[in-house]
Amino acid sequence: MRWIIYTLLACILIAGGDERPFSITRVYGEVTSTTDKDSQPMSITEGQEETAEGTKEISISKDEFDEIVGQLQGMKELLVNMKRDYDIRFKEMQEKIATLEKEKKELEKQKSHILEEDEVTTAGVETKTLETPVAEEEPLPKQTDTSTTSPLPSQALSLSPAESALPSTATPDQSISPSIGQWSPAQPITLWSAGGTYMGLSFIGLFSAAASTAEDLESLETGAHDPIQRGFTVQNLETSFQGAVDPYFYGNAFIIFQIDKEGESFLEVEEAYLTSMSLPLNLQVKAGTFFTEFGRLNPTHPHVWDYADQPLVNGRFLGADGLRNPGARISWIAPTDIYTELFFTVQDSQGETAHSFRNEEALFGREAVETRVRAMEDLLYVPRIATSFDLTEEQTILLGASAAFGPNSTGRDKNTLIYGVDMFWKWKSRYAEGGFPFITWQTEVMGRRFEASEDINAGLPDEVLDNWGVYSQIMWGFKKRWMAGLRGDYVDGEEGATDPLGFERWRLSPNLTFYPSEFSKIRLQYNYDDILGNDTSEHSVFLQFEFLLGTHGAHKF
Amino acid sequence: MKIFLYLLCVLSWVSVAQAKLNIVATTSDLSALVSEIGKEKVNITTISKPTEDPHFVDAKPGFIVKLNKADMLIEGGLQLEMGWLPPLVLSARNQKILPGNSGYIVASSGVHILEVPTALTRAAGDIHPFGNPHIMLDPLNGKIVATHVCDRLCQIDAENCNYYKDNLNNFIKKLDQKLPEWQKMMDPFQGTKIVTYHKTFPYFAKRFNLNVIGELEPKPGIPPSPSHLNTLIPMMKDEGVKLILIEQFRERKIPEFVSERTGAKVVVLPIMVGGQKEIQDYLDLFDYTINQIVTALKTKS
Repeated sequence: MRWIIYTLLACILIAGGDERPFSITRVYGEVTSTTDKDSQPMSITEGQEETAEGTKEISISKDEFDEIVGQLQGMKELLVNMKRDYDIRFKEMQEKIATLEKEKKELEKQKSHILEEDEVTTAGVETKTLETPVAEEEPLPKQTDTSTTSPLPSQALSLSPAESALPSTATPDQSISPSIGQWSPAQPITLWSAGGTYMGLSFIGLFSAAASTAEDLESLETGAHDPIQRGFTVQNLETSFQGAVDPYFYGNAFIIFQIDKEGESFLEVEEAYLTSMSLPLNLQVKAGTFFTEFGRLNPTHPHVWDYADQPLVNGRFLGADGLRNPGARISWIAPTDIYTELFFTVQDSQGETAHSFRNEEALFGREAVETRVRAMEDLLYVPRIATSFDLTEEQTILLGASAAFGPNSTGRDKNTLIYGVDMFWKWKSRYAEGGFPFITWQTEVMGRRFEASEDINAGLPDEVLDNWGVYSQIMWGFKKRWMAGLRGDYVDGEEGATDPLGFERWRLSPNLTFYPSEFSKIRLQYNYDDILGNDTSEHSVFLQFEFLLGTHGAHKF
Repeated sequence: MKIFLYLLCVLSWVSVAQAKLNIVATTSDLSALVSEIGKEKVNITTISKPTEDPHFVDAKPGFIVKLNKADMLIEGGLQLEMGWLPPLVLSARNQKILPGNSGYIVASSGVHILEVPTALTRAAGDIHPFGNPHIMLDPLNGKIVATHVCDRLCQIDAENCNYYKDNLNNFIKKLDQKLPEWQKMMDPFQGTKIVTYHKTFPYFAKRFNLNVIGELEPKPGIPPSPSHLNTLIPMMKDEGVKLILIEQFRERKIPEFVSERTGAKVVVLPIMVGGQKEIQDYLDLFDYTINQIVTALKTKS
């Protein structure tokens, strides 16, 4: 390396010493014109030092040079012409390809058309190759989508040649190609069909019209999504998103819009949580913000309820909006043949969605005390056990027991315990059409033990308050699309209650539901309220209607 | 923790010792095919009852346990099970049967699907966005599904692969002997015009050359309405419709009413294996169905 640099330096020094500037001119390069054109030979140095090998001079006369230039220009013209020809031919070829493509598409269309009407090929033709055993083992590569197994060689056995040439039709796990042909602008883009996207999206509207002898329905109905006034109520506008997040988690989110009595629209994040799909040891984790898995009705959404309003006991113990908060839940399936699942939930214990716990509006007339989470026991803990088995071929029962304990806001170290059992029994005909006929019977009993602290201002002592409540309902899907029901509610009186929301009362609610399709319903319900606490009774009639757009939801049992 | 691990080892050893594969199928015709291929090497659980409407099945928690222990889950696909299977699979917490693993089969993949809608709107009723899911009523589709099953059983249980392959070949042989018989029985009735209650039979009709010219339902999932029947009945008379095919779980009043008005005969068909006592396996299903249809058509003519 070094010596090259030295020699170069030497060259430069020597050249620098030369009279002429050191220049390398190439053949056909710039010709330095000299004053004396004719006689002066053109010298083309090849860039070697004169001292090293002496000069090499190539002398050509101007005529010769001109000739060469002429030849070169000729060549250039030839090349330009060739390029033009080539371009033209290229265009022609492209046009040909386009027409061929068109023909191919038409042929394919015809082919699929023929397929629609194809004659049954004789069994002989179809079973020609059947004697050969199934294709040699070719372990399929792990795919992200098993619905598209690589075409099995043996599939050809069962298909006529035309049929086997077809691409396999889309299955729900693939993106859609609605027909074998190409997409045309006339076809709508199926943006939100489940399976065509990574997310199921649906919108549910739930409305009701109410008539009641009670002027203030809100003091009668315990649920925030119940009909709250004479006239119309927007009970629930629910947007739900759901889908597999990745191979490990499933995601759900429910965003709720409501319109209150004053006509103000507001938005609630009802639920948003992840669920693990395949943890080992039969475990499953759910994390985010969600309805507490307490009892049967609490974890469900208003649009799947069988009545236009929620049971009294749910509103009173678990709150107008149901018991829900940010937190996590772990559940375990017992390795038995009979389904038994244990749940354990830990959630925040504050806010209006934890009504009987650290609620800003303390219960039983006491002033709420500012409480903070100082230790683990200041959170909300909810264990639950559920089991289910078939009684007969057509009857199934699901039993559950739950408890929820956590601090309440009446004072320091004051706790609330809610406990309950739930039962759901269902008979469904083995010849059910569209899921009808069926009979279900659902009952929940709950008790609440509330440690209330002393409130000197209100003149209330330190005491433990026990309450209980129950609802029981029977639904009878007597005919396809028609369901009749009867529900009974009872709650005992709360200490120091001033309105029906706390009085001892019972309620009877018959109703009738018509489902025009799976995606809409119309419900008529009558409530007879007997409020023992103030010896009054009220009559209410609700007409509820609902519609569902988007993804076909799945129903739990 | 150690005890846990020991338990796991013991449990896994026990399950190996048992060596029977646990397979869950969504419908009984899929179960029938799995048992043709797996025979005594598989335990099969079927979620839906053979007699009930397969679109509306209860997601009973008891099936969560079955899915939790399953080595394989086979579903028809095309959204037939959409209303009841997903919550069960999610609760099952079993990696093997999740999409993307060899223990999960969608039976309809690779089958030529009929009635794939070009536009999606529920104004047209509860249409299946990926096409008609009742694929198993074409025996040749049964062949494709059986091949899928064999393929996957070989992946899950390579030791017994030859056993499964032999069973597959035997099943295909049996089917190939039967198919010409069925076609011969149906031959005299080529192109017979029929009406069905719901779009359950297009695959069957296509295979055996029946011509479905209408449904009692005005739109999928929507019960027959007077106005629809008022146009359907004259049309059936004009066209000379011979049969009304209905599934076991359908109400009988309207089909009987239409039958009286048009002279078309009502034939009640089980659409799944096990729908009738005498239907023990997949081939029986066609024996029974074709017998019913041929008998009805013979008495007509």
